Amino acid sequence: MAKRESTFVNMLVTLVLVTGIAAAALGYVYDLTKGPIEVAKLKAQTEAITQVLPAFDDLGQSYKVLSEAGGDSIELFPAYKSGELVGTAVKTYTRTGFSGYISIMAGIDKDGNFSGYSVLEHAETPGLGSKMDTWFKNSEKPNQDVIGKNPETTDFHVSKDGGQIDAITASTISSRAFLDALRRGYTAYEKEKKENTGNTGQ
Amino acid sequence: MNQWKNFTKGFIKENPVFVLVLGMCPTLGVTSSAINGLGMGLATTFVLMMSNMVIALVKGVIPDKVRIPAFIVIIAAFVTMVQLLMQAFVPALYKSLGLFIPLIVVNCIVLGRAEAFASKNNVGSSAIDGLGIGLGFTFALVLLGSIREILGSGKIFNITLYSENFVTLVFVLAPGAFIVLGYLIALINRLKKR
Repeated sequence: MAKRESTFVNMLVTLVLVTGIAAAALGYVYDLTKGPIEVAKLKAQTEAITQVLPAFDDLGQSYKVLSEAGGDSIELFPAYKSGELVGTAVKTYTRTGFSGYISIMAGIDKDGNFSGYSVLEHAETPGLGSKMDTWFKNSEKPNQDVIGKNPETTDFHVSKDGGQIDAITASTISSRAFLDALRRGYTAYEKEKKENTGNTGQ
Repeated sequence: MNQWKNFTKGFIKENPVFVLVLGMCPTLGVTSSAINGLGMGLATTFVLMMSNMVIALVKGVIPDKVRIPAFIVIIAAFVTMVQLLMQAFVPALYKSLGLFIPLIVVNCIVLGRAEAFASKNNVGSSAIDGLGIGLGFTFALVLLGSIREILGSGKIFNITLYSENFVTLVFVLAPGAFIVLGYLIALINRLKKR
């Protein structure tokens, strides 16, 4: 096939056609995958909530609370078992990670203690900061464990900064960020609880 | 052209990572584990094969002066499709590859093959070339990822081989990528000479 000449009209028509076809194809794929992407995201979220809270059978309506420090809102998911509140999952975040944004799903039981957490999204160094997945829920090492603790009674800062939680070895920045996210989540949870005392209907 | 040779050249003789030394950014970035290397390699293979085919198909109607922008649009469209499909059906892998998926667009291997091969050959050979080079890239990434994962975290494909207490952490960090890549390139050059 002979090459078409590079005249202005030829070039213009070609580029318009190529971009037009590409856009149409992308629109089609986007439409096709929109549903599954939503489902996958929701599934990941529900799985994380199940992981961090005591057993529950009904997930209440989630609501958003504005973080006091500004920025994104924090989402709270109350969970019930036979009508009784068993805990609240808090989707919290921090921007102070070694590689920026970290998103964490933290579970707070009905007494206000952390019942578990799951790191949803992070870009910390593999082998160092990425250890936060398991580091802070090690029941054999109570000094680094956050499960069953409460920011009211325990100082949620790394021990290097005068707090009561041991940081991940060689990853103080990631550890600080992790605790920052938990504190932010807890503050939102407390604030919401105070505002809604008596009118949650539970 | 001998199609079998065309297919196998991507593994050793013209391996995009070890011989052509193209696409270093994702190579060094994602290979902290073997599974990441595999995912990245397969995503690139798909893009490479599809874009090679389409470019070989339309090469006659694209005027020379605008061929690069036209090729890039075609490549970018396939990359975005891969991104959407991965997000929908393999969210875990999508999460760990993150930013590197959209970066396939600017991976020199893809445009390089489009320019050097697909714009001069027919659709069939271009598809085989894309598949061969893509699988060669995958092979290189998995090799690099496995070595780094074994030395750096004592695991392979997330299966623990030995205790974390004996690992050499530097291999999962950026300098480890350069060190392993350097040795592998030396090794491949030695193999090629014989």
